[in-house]
Amino acid sequence: MSDAKASANERPLSPHLQVYKPQLTSMTSVLHRATGVALTVGLVMFSWWLVAAAIGPEAYDVFMNFAGSTLGKLLLFGWTLAFYYHLANGVRHLIWDTGLLFKIENAYRAGYVVLLLTALLTGMTWYCVLSYTGQYASLVKTETLAEAVIEGRAR
Amino acid sequence: MKMKWENHGIKTPLARARGLGAARGAVENWIKLRVTAVANVILSVWFLWFLSQTVGASHAEFTVKLADPRNAICMILLIISAFMHAVLGNREIVEDYFHNEYFKIFKLVGMYLFFFAVALACAFSVLKIAFTVGV
Repeated sequence: MSDAKASANERPLSPHLQVYKPQLTSMTSVLHRATGVALTVGLVMFSWWLVAAAIGPEAYDVFMNFAGSTLGKLLLFGWTLAFYYHLANGVRHLIWDTGLLFKIENAYRAGYVVLLLTALLTGMTWYCVLSYTGQYASLVKTETLAEAVIEGRAR
Repeated sequence: MKMKWENHGIKTPLARARGLGAARGAVENWIKLRVTAVANVILSVWFLWFLSQTVGASHAEFTVKLADPRNAICMILLIISAFMHAVLGNREIVEDYFHNEYFKIFKLVGMYLFFFAVALACAFSVLKIAFTVGV
């Protein structure tokens, strides 16, 4: 590049999403960031859980009712997936930081292991959660109007 | 081709430094992100165990479990590590994708304020439970 002026606006651009076909290596990288952001949002629910427990039984029940609702369970399932994916792929990144697994076939192999582990661990976790169904359902506190009246919270 | 840093002239040092990149803070952030990542891996094992012990627990059962010093300490370590990792990770993403300088700074400052407050609320809640339950 001898002409500095012309090159100022035509500097080489590294290949990006519109240039490359989606590949396992790029998609796992994008997913790592996406799940990281999702888990950050999850931290807000995590803090609701702890703060509610510190406030008292009623605030805690409000949280548990939400966690046990369909929406709550759906969110928790999503965060479980994101958690295991980010954990497994994070370890893959830490291994890369040591200089290992850079051969393309090894990077792919580790990528498949990450996806497999994510599915396996999420499945195992929710199998355990749902096998507690009795206990889990009980956390959705069914409060009748009569009970609320007795406790003076409704008229 | 003349490089930017060769244009001395009457420019101030700040004007010359602008646009040339970070001033050595990046390595520290890079290391912090990795250290908190390792801490998160270790603490995740405890966290999963703790969740298995408290899923569906009543308020009384939950607070007694959390008030155990071993659990309270691990929870506070997790809060520190997870929030630091989240802030550093999100910062990397904001810096990569938000190119409007004002919007970027607004996002970053907002993020720091928000996460500092939320992390502090979490840690205080754990301490409150640890110091008041079963005493």
